[in-house]
Amino acid sequence: MTNEIVVLRAGALTTVQDLGRPGYAHLGVPRSGALDPAALRLANRLVGNPESAAGLEITVTGCALRLTRAATVAVTGAEAEIRVGTRPGDPGRPLSVPAGAVLRIGAARNGVRNWLAVSGGVDVPPVLGSRATDTLSGLGPAPLRDGDRIPLGTPVGPPPPVDLTVGPPPRAELRLAVRLGPRHDWFTPAALDQLFGTAYTVSPVSNRVGARLAGAALPRAVAGELPSEGIVLGAVQVPADGQPLIFLADHPTTGGYPVIGVVADVTPLAQARPGTTVRFHGPQR
Amino acid sequence: MRIRPVGAHALLLDLAPDREPARAEVAGRVEAWRAELAHRRDLGELAAVEIVPAATTVLLDGVPEPEETARLIAGWTPRPATAGSTADPVEVPITYDGEDLPVVASHWATNVAAVVDRLTRTEFQVAFCGFAPGFPYLTGLPDALALPRLPTPRSRVPAGSVALAGPYAGIYPSPSPGGWLLVGRTGLVLFDVTADPPSRLTPGTRVRLVPA
Repeated sequence: MTNEIVVLRAGALTTVQDLGRPGYAHLGVPRSGALDPAALRLANRLVGNPESAAGLEITVTGCALRLTRAATVAVTGAEAEIRVGTRPGDPGRPLSVPAGAVLRIGAARNGVRNWLAVSGGVDVPPVLGSRATDTLSGLGPAPLRDGDRIPLGTPVGPPPPVDLTVGPPPRAELRLAVRLGPRHDWFTPAALDQLFGTAYTVSPVSNRVGARLAGAALPRAVAGELPSEGIVLGAVQVPADGQPLIFLADHPTTGGYPVIGVVADVTPLAQARPGTTVRFHGPQR
Repeated sequence: MRIRPVGAHALLLDLAPDREPARAEVAGRVEAWRAELAHRRDLGELAAVEIVPAATTVLLDGVPEPEETARLIAGWTPRPATAGSTADPVEVPITYDGEDLPVVASHWATNVAAVVDRLTRTEFQVAFCGFAPGFPYLTGLPDALALPRLPTPRSRVPAGSVALAGPYAGIYPSPSPGGWLLVGRTGLVLFDVTADPPSRLTPGTRVRLVPA
């Protein structure tokens, strides 16, 4: 009998994710990988997988899965109702799922995303060293659909006896540290004041490529086009409309709009619902 | 050259610090630095996860000690751009039947046959990749022949399409929307995830667009 996950309900967007495919940006290949790598690593540790094993990233509406063999699973990330068959399960803890049982992860009650690790890991064929779905370039497996059967690997070891699983709940207001540059000199002093002095809100068109923000437009001091240049995770790019966009895991490798600054830690944005308030501060605080 | 910090773990080598456009001379500096940095990384003198050339810059990402690395780089001089590229150019077979050839001819104040001749005779070099995995930005055309993009991009450009925009030629490795002017097509597979490297045309590679 094959070892598989049978997808009963894929939900809004469920993708295979691991720690991504760094090292190919010079060929135009995005990094991709889990939007909150620490949450996926934790889920993997809880089920005895290497931290780099592939799991599932589940978005907003949850999903329902059946495992064809018994497995240990763990769910991290947003607060959500978990059921193994009819039995409730806790997030952030190893859960035993018997062969044939249905695992249901409910809608995110707080935050946006969950990560599911299964003992043995998701074993789709790696592409350029990673099993991650890259929603920008289409590399890696397609997002899950109802009825898909996803191969599972062989468990390598028992889960560790304990792990720290208590994380803070998503905050209503995010405060993100930003280091200015490389192109802050393309903006007026007023733009920098607005970036640090006014509140932005997360726009509903945000996705794995980037968190789009709405708020005070950031006026440019330099007109004209910026020649395309390399982009890093967390880059705050300002397109023609002046509304900043923070690049996340599936960001393009190059971009032609100036980057006013770089956010030090983008992982809180993985749980930022549309409408969440974002405030920026300098790295010195 | 100016080295700009990018976040906590990256550096941008700006090879047009006075905001000069991406002319051929700047592209030569970018390629010289890309080759130098890749060479230094191979020798173990530079730690960086990514070395990403672009139009007028080279980004180093995943740099453990950026301040120390910036000081180190400031003391280096890149060897001339031609030093590393001794291999024969990759010949990409092209069927020159693109629907925008007349538009290009009009911009260049010539006819379609002369456009094809010019593209056939030019030795290109991959300046950088971007937009999509394996999409090469090819330099080699004179700055004076730079072209505008289509005012409205096509919703779908087929894989293998050869096209021009700004100072660049490019080849679409996969179907996508696109605003470049189409001059031809190739059957050559540009991006194959089972190959190593997956891109046929990597930064620094010299290229000829020969008639199929």
